[in-house]
Amino acid sequence: MEYFTQQLINGLTLGSIYGLIAIGYTMVYGIIGMINFAHGDVYMIGAFQAMIVFLICGALGLTWVPLQLALMLIMAVIFTAAYGWSVERLAYRPLRGSPRLAPLISAIGMSIVLSNYVQLAQGPRPKPIPPVIRGGFQIMESDAGFVVQLGYLQIVIILLTVALMAIFAYLIAKTPLGRAQRACEQDMKMASLLGVNVDRTISLTFVMGAALAAVAGMMVTLYWGVNEFAMGFVAGIKAFTAAVLGGIGSLPGAMLGGILIGLIEAMWSAYFSTEYKDVAAFGILVLVLIFRPTGLLGRPEVEKV
Amino acid sequence: MATLTMTGAKPVPSTMQIAIKEAFLTAFLVFMLSFLMIGFETQAQQGQPLSYVTRFAAIVWGIILVPLGRILIVFNRHGRPMPALIGGGFAFLYLFGGAVIAILFDVLVIPFNDYFGEAAGAAGIPLPFADPIVDAIFGLGALYIVILGIQTMRHTAHGELTLAQREAKEARTALRAKQISMVLGPALLVTALVLPFTPWSDRVLVETMTLILTYVMLGWGLNIVVGLAGLLDLGYVAFYAVGAYSYAKLATEFGLDFWASLPLAGAFAAFFGVVLGFPVLRLRGDYLAIVTLGFGEMIRITLINWQAFTGGPNGITGIPRMTFFGVPFDRTPEEGTQAFHTLFGLEYSTMHRILFLYYVILGLALITNFFTIRLRKLPIGRAWEALREDETACRALGINPTNTKLTAFALGAMMAGFAGSFFAVRQAFISPESFVFLESAVILAIVVLGGMGSQVGVALAAVLLIGLPEVMRELSLYRMLAFGAVMVLIMLWRPRGLLAHREPTILLRRGGGKAKPRKAGATA
Repeated sequence: MEYFTQQLINGLTLGSIYGLIAIGYTMVYGIIGMINFAHGDVYMIGAFQAMIVFLICGALGLTWVPLQLALMLIMAVIFTAAYGWSVERLAYRPLRGSPRLAPLISAIGMSIVLSNYVQLAQGPRPKPIPPVIRGGFQIMESDAGFVVQLGYLQIVIILLTVALMAIFAYLIAKTPLGRAQRACEQDMKMASLLGVNVDRTISLTFVMGAALAAVAGMMVTLYWGVNEFAMGFVAGIKAFTAAVLGGIGSLPGAMLGGILIGLIEAMWSAYFSTEYKDVAAFGILVLVLIFRPTGLLGRPEVEKV
Repeated sequence: MATLTMTGAKPVPSTMQIAIKEAFLTAFLVFMLSFLMIGFETQAQQGQPLSYVTRFAAIVWGIILVPLGRILIVFNRHGRPMPALIGGGFAFLYLFGGAVIAILFDVLVIPFNDYFGEAAGAAGIPLPFADPIVDAIFGLGALYIVILGIQTMRHTAHGELTLAQREAKEARTALRAKQISMVLGPALLVTALVLPFTPWSDRVLVETMTLILTYVMLGWGLNIVVGLAGLLDLGYVAFYAVGAYSYAKLATEFGLDFWASLPLAGAFAAFFGVVLGFPVLRLRGDYLAIVTLGFGEMIRITLINWQAFTGGPNGITGIPRMTFFGVPFDRTPEEGTQAFHTLFGLEYSTMHRILFLYYVILGLALITNFFTIRLRKLPIGRAWEALREDETACRALGINPTNTKLTAFALGAMMAGFAGSFFAVRQAFISPESFVFLESAVILAIVVLGGMGSQVGVALAAVLLIGLPEVMRELSLYRMLAFGAVMVLIMLWRPRGLLAHREPTILLRRGGGKAKPRKAGATA
């Protein structure tokens, strides 16, 4: 029981990170129907920028942890959003209206460009940073002496994710931007006829996705403490799996999918084997898709002939 | 993007005003992109905390040069190409030329190092960036501006065509692509056949060509799945892996030679295609893509972790080499047996095996090609193409989508299996490292960049994507960057692929003659 609770906490933390990345995939897919393969690398860039801000903080002598965290968060979000915008502007916007595979290949190319760019700019070695937030609560202790730990960092990650989800839900449901996004999602041509600036809306979608990926990148920098130029791929694949699992195009679905993937990974590593945790995640995805092809919270696609 | 057609109360901004505004925006963007990622280089040293060094000079140069280029583009777009021609031309000559001189100087004078570091200073040319390759990249950017200027001069700039003009242009390029393919196909074939015997061929060239042909074969195999049946497969490398491991196991455990295991490896791969395909082929589009990607990763992870069977991350070594239909290419054959050179009374040469491998893969690739072309004419091929265009209509016409897709999947997998066993016999060593997602992405890119369904296009794209990085080995660190950039640029330049042409598969010859089946609507 205690062991299970611990895995639950770990899984939720990991799942929050996946969920935040997955939102970027799901929003982009919802609006222009493409798999943004470069998103995983945007997340990686977010993680690197957060790490660099942390180092600058250290060099400037800012050691108060909340200030450090706030600076990492804000700077990483702003600077990574620029990458999200540029990727869309350079590699996807010129391809709007092209055959469906063209943006996909362009995205894969962009992903290769970004990861190699970071390898060139920051070097190929893994970059470790010391833990910023230590310690945590001890929730319970089993008879055998197994202590369930809820780290302060884990609380920060989960709370931040919940807060961001709330902001996002509001943004999509209530603001003009959210309305424009939903309109573009339903029918891009009609939306543009009704005066929605489609290009701008799509750009902002990428900016928002990149911002959330940057938050996820910051969290992972704090949580694992090691960044490396190739880290975007696996995280990206899992996050996309999460988006599909939850029902692509649906924001709550992406979060749910992310948390499920995180839990599956944590539980599988804990009870079966660490080596095959990715196989488990993909296996569950295949099962879900076979029995519920639109994902858990996705709307069924009605096909009209 | 707006051209000068604004009406109403607002005064029309002059070109200069627009240019300055855009230049500021560009400068801001360059700052945003580069400040943290370029400005601070993190350095991880063993046993020391992470530190950084700053590189602000590069950012300043970026913030100066990129907006200048933007201004030239804005002027060009407003019908004034002269600044682009002169400014871009000068920048290109200075940056690119200077970089080339610096690199040459570095290579010839200073002992070679990977980064070409500080070469610019050494050659005595003041270049903005310390790394001449970055200077060269900026030079190429300037060249692009010059090309834009030339296009404006010739009134062929993009963006201001009407729909009809654009369609006419597309039809023209499609026709040209078709003509090019008609010439290029036989030309490539003849080149492939005779190249090893031309005087400038050497071991490296033949090995590179063998590598390219492996990808050509994989591309043609995947073309069955993606190009004909319209199934987006992102895990194609899994079947390549199955083929490679099949041959490796059959050869090392059961002592089968290459020719005996080739059909078996193909059959195993096809079997995997059916097993993996069966549950998921009713999924559509991108769901299928992500599931195939998942399968690819699952097989790779299994290969890494199933130590007993696959040798884990170390892979399988000592795979028997290629034989000439059972006759080995050894220098000293075993007592009482023949080797290739004794059989034909030739002088022993290591090139024999390399050349033979080359012609084997050429043959296999050509068989794949022939097979695909024939399949297209069979009912099953027609059914694939119909299914790609409209699944619902096919269902209504009594085509079983799952079985039809499964055939495509299995045949594509079989081709990958053949290519995989060839890979294993050529390398004599395989490990899961060779079967990562990037390989799937490269093969898919070859198919799409070539122009979906175009067999010659696939070959051309393979030469570009596989051959180019091999040529660029000198620029080791920038190789993959260039590879990704080429993928993006080709897609931007030709979104339908290099040699895409839409030609109807079937034509009604008699009667109305207008009943041209359209294949164009593959965009949905």
